[in-house]
Amino acid sequence: MPVTIVGEQDEKSHSPTIFREEKQMQKMLKKYFPVFVLPTLIAFAIAFVVPFVMGVSLSFAKFTVITKLNWVGFDNYIKIFTINDDFTNALWFTVKFTIVSVITVNILAFALAKLLTRGIKGTNLFRTVFFMPNLIGGIVLGYIWQILINGILMKFGVTLTFDAKYGFWGLVILMNWQMIGYMMVIYIAGLQNIPDDLLEAAAIDGASPWQMLRKVTLPLVMPSITICTFLTLSNSFKLFDQNLALTGGAPMRQTTMLALDIYDTFYGRTGFQGVGQAKAVIFFLIVGLIAYVQLRVSRSREVEG
Amino acid sequence: MKKQNRAANVFITFFLSILSLLFLVPIFVVILNSFKGKFYISKSPFTWPSGDTFAGTANYVNGIVKSGFTNAIGYSFFITIASVLVIVLFSSMTAWYITRRKGKISSMIYYLFVFSMIVPFQMVMYSTVRVANILHLDTPVGIVVLYLGFGSGLAVFIFSGFVKAIPLEIEEAASIDGCGPIQTFFLIIIPLLKPTAITVSILQAMWIWNDYLLPYLVIGNKYKTIPVAVQGVLTGSYGDKDMGALMAMLVLAILPIVVFYLIGQKSIIKGVIAGAVKG
Repeated sequence: MPVTIVGEQDEKSHSPTIFREEKQMQKMLKKYFPVFVLPTLIAFAIAFVVPFVMGVSLSFAKFTVITKLNWVGFDNYIKIFTINDDFTNALWFTVKFTIVSVITVNILAFALAKLLTRGIKGTNLFRTVFFMPNLIGGIVLGYIWQILINGILMKFGVTLTFDAKYGFWGLVILMNWQMIGYMMVIYIAGLQNIPDDLLEAAAIDGASPWQMLRKVTLPLVMPSITICTFLTLSNSFKLFDQNLALTGGAPMRQTTMLALDIYDTFYGRTGFQGVGQAKAVIFFLIVGLIAYVQLRVSRSREVEG
Repeated sequence: MKKQNRAANVFITFFLSILSLLFLVPIFVVILNSFKGKFYISKSPFTWPSGDTFAGTANYVNGIVKSGFTNAIGYSFFITIASVLVIVLFSSMTAWYITRRKGKISSMIYYLFVFSMIVPFQMVMYSTVRVANILHLDTPVGIVVLYLGFGSGLAVFIFSGFVKAIPLEIEEAASIDGCGPIQTFFLIIIPLLKPTAITVSILQAMWIWNDYLLPYLVIGNKYKTIPVAVQGVLTGSYGDKDMGALMAMLVLAILPIVVFYLIGQKSIIKGVIAGAVKG
């Protein structure tokens, strides 16, 4: 390969050529912008950039059709909180659900990962089974669990939509079933990166299993913990399909999460599209804040490491 | 110590076996109920189908005929495969270009793609559907353009990370040998990006196959993908709520995923981990 020849030759005598090549390449590339970037960029503009800018502006307008806009300033944002409690209720329900899910999913996933890195027989089979629900889509998952939970609750003479607490725990169980395997494989990858001699050394020094977990294992899998925490956090917070299929927000909108509330505001009542868009902007800002915090946390860890 | 370990491992294996079975129960129950008469499903979901309750393949016939499920399977396959191919091709080209051609425009485009990854769909939902209608993208082919737009964020981000790791000397040598950018990209870069392309394909395929809102809002009236068809059964678009048909459709919806998973398990898990660590 010519690559090795270029690389092996004396750098000094060839650097001007390489420099010229580099410059020429940049020049040549310039002409190819339409071929390489334009198709993606046009699709990206249609699907994301234009709608995003439109979305921000529409949150300041009252409208039923997009051609007749009536600018109302922050009116939509004020209406979110004054017209009814739907948004605040959905926000609290979502926050509660997210906190419970993040904690349960991560603890269970880590525990399973720990059990599956002991080299026991059948590890691959177990991993296959635990990961599988992750591939099934939210709508399908929602209906599967609706049948199952209703079947169990029937024995107690109630249904899933009888009380909001059933819907809440139903969603938590569903989320666990779906996300545990996914987080588990990330934890397994993290655990496998811990050098064996570190654990052996700790064992020789007389560390108890609990001490080993707290002082050796956990600090070393911290990057995985960060990734998994934020993945479950943002997936739980943005949950829509599962919410729609499992309870649809029933009873009385008490199990409506933020994404579903925004959807209902847009398509459930005419004349409230502007309010729906304003809710979406707030939703985006919260999700953006979560992503920003994640970026800061992983950056600061990189610096420490 | 060793003996104790072995005893512990036997116990753990036993415990994990029970847990695995519990994990499979939901799917098993759905399969079971797909062979039961539609009135028995809500009443007794945990009993074995027998005698009166056994419905044979009636649910499958109903599910497929009533909801046009064969069409749904066709649309889902077409949209998923076409979108993944388009995303992988165009995103890798874009990623290579903006990584290699340094400048303000390139980095601005890059950060815009990264930014799009954190924006939740609800933020652009209403406007995207409007734009799609205006541009007549409300067909199975048109929606591929939207998927390219939405998928390119993650795809360009992942591809860029790998392009950065390809030594520049390879491309310089190619250019000395007389390769233009197009030849360089297709003959030299694409083979190097193959593992990354598999990762990207898996992540995008999982998302697009299971996506509900975008196909429902943009093409849901005329062309129902599998999730849209499943959701439609109980929301009353065909009069009565046929639980039997729903069960059969759930089984048919899961089937392709399970097959896909069993074939490509290793790359799927690897791809998902890589995607998670990157994202």
